[in-house]
Amino acid sequence: MNLVNFRFETDANGVALLTWDMPERSMNVITPQVMDELEQVVDAVGADPAIKGCVICSGKNAFSGGADLSMLQQGAAEYARTQKAQGEEAAKKLFFDTSRRLSQIYRKLETCGKPFAAAIHGVCLGGAFELALACHYRVMADDDKTKVGLPEIKVGLFPGAGGTQRVARLMQTGDALQFLFRGDQAKPKAALGAGLAHELAPRGEIIERARKWLIDGGKALAPWDAREFKNPTGKVFSPTGMMIWSAANAIYRRETYDNYPAAKAILHAVYEGLQLPMDQALTVESRWFAHILRSKEAAAMIRTLFLSKTELEKGARRPASIAPSHLKKIGVIGAGFMGAGVAYVSALNGLEVILLDKDQPSADKGKATIDALITGSVAKGRASADEKDALLARVKATENYAALEGCDLVIEAVFEDRAVKAEATRRAQAVVGPDVIFASNTSTLPITSLAETTLAPENFIGVHFFSPVEKMLLVEVILGKKTGDRALATALDFVRLIKKTPIVVNDTRGFFANRCVLNFIREGHIMLTEGVPPAMIENVARMAGMPVGPLSLNDEVALDLGWRILTATRQDLGPEAIDPAQERVLQFMVEDQGRFGRKNSKGFYDYPTGGKKALWPGLSALAKTRLDPESLDVAELKQRLLVVQAVEAARTIAEGVVTDPREADIGSVLGFGFAPFTGGAISYIDGMGCAAFVALCDRLAGKYGSRFTPPQLLREMAANGESLYNRFGASSRAA
Amino acid sequence: MPEAFIYDAVRTPRGRGKPDGALHEASSLALAVTALKAIKLRNGLDGPEVDDVILGCVDPVGEAGGDIARAAAIAAEYSFRVPGVQINRFCASGLDAVNFAASEIMSGQHDLTIGGGVESMSRVGIGASGSAWPVDPTIAIPSYFMPQGVSADLIATKYGFSRNDVDAYAVRSQQRAGAAWAAGRFAKSIVPVTDVNGLILLDRDEHLRPGTDMAALASLKPSFGFYAEQGGFDAVAIQAYPEIEKLDYVHHAGNSSGIVDGAAAVLLGSKQAGERLGLKPRARLRAYANIGSEPAMMLTGPIDVTRKVLARSGMTLADIDLFEVNEAFAAVVLRYLQAFELDPDKVNVNGGAIALGHPLGASGAMLLGAAVDELERSGKGTALVTLCIGAGMGTATIIERV
Repeated sequence: MNLVNFRFETDANGVALLTWDMPERSMNVITPQVMDELEQVVDAVGADPAIKGCVICSGKNAFSGGADLSMLQQGAAEYARTQKAQGEEAAKKLFFDTSRRLSQIYRKLETCGKPFAAAIHGVCLGGAFELALACHYRVMADDDKTKVGLPEIKVGLFPGAGGTQRVARLMQTGDALQFLFRGDQAKPKAALGAGLAHELAPRGEIIERARKWLIDGGKALAPWDAREFKNPTGKVFSPTGMMIWSAANAIYRRETYDNYPAAKAILHAVYEGLQLPMDQALTVESRWFAHILRSKEAAAMIRTLFLSKTELEKGARRPASIAPSHLKKIGVIGAGFMGAGVAYVSALNGLEVILLDKDQPSADKGKATIDALITGSVAKGRASADEKDALLARVKATENYAALEGCDLVIEAVFEDRAVKAEATRRAQAVVGPDVIFASNTSTLPITSLAETTLAPENFIGVHFFSPVEKMLLVEVILGKKTGDRALATALDFVRLIKKTPIVVNDTRGFFANRCVLNFIREGHIMLTEGVPPAMIENVARMAGMPVGPLSLNDEVALDLGWRILTATRQDLGPEAIDPAQERVLQFMVEDQGRFGRKNSKGFYDYPTGGKKALWPGLSALAKTRLDPESLDVAELKQRLLVVQAVEAARTIAEGVVTDPREADIGSVLGFGFAPFTGGAISYIDGMGCAAFVALCDRLAGKYGSRFTPPQLLREMAANGESLYNRFGASSRAA
Repeated sequence: MPEAFIYDAVRTPRGRGKPDGALHEASSLALAVTALKAIKLRNGLDGPEVDDVILGCVDPVGEAGGDIARAAAIAAEYSFRVPGVQINRFCASGLDAVNFAASEIMSGQHDLTIGGGVESMSRVGIGASGSAWPVDPTIAIPSYFMPQGVSADLIATKYGFSRNDVDAYAVRSQQRAGAAWAAGRFAKSIVPVTDVNGLILLDRDEHLRPGTDMAALASLKPSFGFYAEQGGFDAVAIQAYPEIEKLDYVHHAGNSSGIVDGAAAVLLGSKQAGERLGLKPRARLRAYANIGSEPAMMLTGPIDVTRKVLARSGMTLADIDLFEVNEAFAAVVLRYLQAFELDPDKVNVNGGAIALGHPLGASGAMLLGAAVDELERSGKGTALVTLCIGAGMGTATIIERV
């Protein structure tokens, strides 16, 4: 055997050890070459009478993260080539055969007649965990770093190398479906309890235990290949099966709004597979896998949520000429909700933090917020008591600006007021000097003008966090006119260090995310005045793929804030700059009714103490007329809510605020939950095609107003048959 | 085209569909045989006159499986030349069996047929025959599958029927059924179920509680809320009807159709067949129709199919004197009344399935028989019989007294 990615050795007992250890990679991944080598090994073990069985382990810090997803993109290209050369039918056949190859190798391993055992430490995910599932025995290291899981669903795929079938034969059907739907990672004890592992052992003993199982006569027979095998939940067509499956289909719809074909494919594969013997069940799974691999949702989600996200996190926008910043200590000015959140995620990732506020009680309150967050993590078992103590020791709450001495970066998160911000910056720079990079967590004030109040505008940059900071993955990095490369590099190094995803945008009112999301909220307001039933606005938004409806979202953000922004906009830019319907809604809610949102327990919803929130019946007063829901076009309502955001995203690109479509996609999905199955606001446009999008915008503009009018850029692109990705994507920026 | 006349209609009493119900010891076959034997004896059908026996049965498995219509014809001592076929269109099966039996005559292929149905819900169990519809994602997801009770609550929510409205309707059904029994209005059709010695197992409907009132019903907990929320069906309903914020769970055992055992049979024939056998026609089957309706709301098919059958027969609502609308759930009938702005005194005048029970495969034939009896008793001319159906369908039949 000529193995590059594995080491293979057989001991005196005839037990082979296959160590997966890919050269020049920190993590093992499944590639076509890995598949070739694995198949060679399986054939060799099966054929060699001197080999009793085989233990599979990893030579890295972890078992493996699964398949190389770029391999899947190559599959799509190959499909297109074959289709062109030999036609659709041949392309489908080739694609099916290729995409099931891993599944077939695993099945060969499972049925070759020799027992295989997996010795797992570190993460073992996706296709790698499916390899372990095909082994006849699984020993897991009993430590915090070791986790198994099938996260494919998170990028619009599902486990297509036997994962759905083996999990559904190991676990109760309901639990199996939940495990597959959620894509969660199971820790060792949970995996053992669920039947996903056979044995736990200390990290250093897993290979020995696996070997022992083989020597003690471990059988090369999977449970489902035994004659007496019964599904843990019995037959699909049984009273229990009827209960489980009718609920499973409903819960699928509840959780996905029928927008995620991969989740539906899990249902199909398990439902159909459980009624078949294993070989046919695996074939059925492969048929669904090939189907999903070619879905536009999978393509969009893989591009945005895996490839682009990884690229941006690894510094796609970082100026390469600047040396790494090696941040150790940072200052956060303003210990309110946002400031404390920023301090928390910084300390969580090892930074020393000076948390500063106008007086000591305010600073201490911020530290108490941090204490509550880490205490919550300890309670959930996500952090230890020692980690909590260490984290809190890294945060110093103070009212003394002198404490900022020695900070490598200062982030300001004080009240959104120019004068307050200028004063905080002045006092901080008096201590740290003009060379330390200074960042403002503003969500509304232009960075360029704030920079003017600092000693060195080239060292000033915006870092816009989203609330709640500890949960939201996105950071909008905003370049002022004079912001320099060192400021950008430092900000991106910081974002990477705190394990968030950055997008870099140019300075403008609302930056990127807020511009889009405010359009979404405004569309909800306008629908309300048209007489669309409030529940329909909210439900249709969720059906379109948004995490919450516009009215709910507005309640969270606060209505009085929206009203203040609107009146300020009217003052600054005149009455044409605001929507009269929205003005009427906010005036009625805030001025007339005193309904500010969740913060005073009354907004578009009522928030009874201890009860579930419910839409406020008084909203009917805002409707011009009462529309019969039967007369409303649900598909169009969904389109309005997405298009009004996507067209704004396109405008930010046309204006040069966003320069990379990957950033608009990531920003829209991670920043405000834009229908993830579309791949983001720009992929939504490209997905339907510029021409179709422009036509849709024009139709909506004709019916509902100029807020839907597409930018000239899109019209040109539609005429030229261009997409935003091919015009603004990575390939076009090669120069 | 030959006309199809109704010569006779019988039914068993409806036994409570539980192990302590009086008909629990009677098999599905025994129930079907009781109805078929009565038709045979009452009409002197000693030879091979009957061209076909069509029986509806919704869970045709186990003792009810393997074409129970043929088994029942032989066991009821019809000539072995009398064939049988079992059909299933869920809750309308019994009416569809009558319609199909009528079609065989109207098409000129048969002269004398029996349509009917049977269901022993206590013995076979609801859902015993399985189904792709709730469980196979291929159909469950696009059809917005939800249990019928949740669909009924969806109707109540969407069309504004309060708990009070549905309970008031249920009380009225009980009162009407009680009054009808007291006045002997079912006497013409009821055939007691007996044991091997001829001793009576049951000769009265067992499920009804004519004394029930609003206070008694108010004490019942909604039946479908917990399952709707745990099973995700509330979300399915809302995604089908996004104007709804949350479902009102108003239905319970007291305002939904009762689970019962029973069988029914209707004798149909051409004019000539009746004359040949010396039978007097009681009614003429004027028209029938089937339709599919929106499957999430599922139970509003009677409205769609009523429009269809009226249009096809060139009739209007004003031409109908009497309506039998199966009381699967109170909201089904309330919505029917609301949609057509009908006079409640024309609808289900002798109560319905809330009081009497709904032996799934047999109910349609029972409702048809009840309509024939009531037309004769009241001297009225026309009746429309309709049932809502699983997966969103409706069947309706218009008959005319002769």
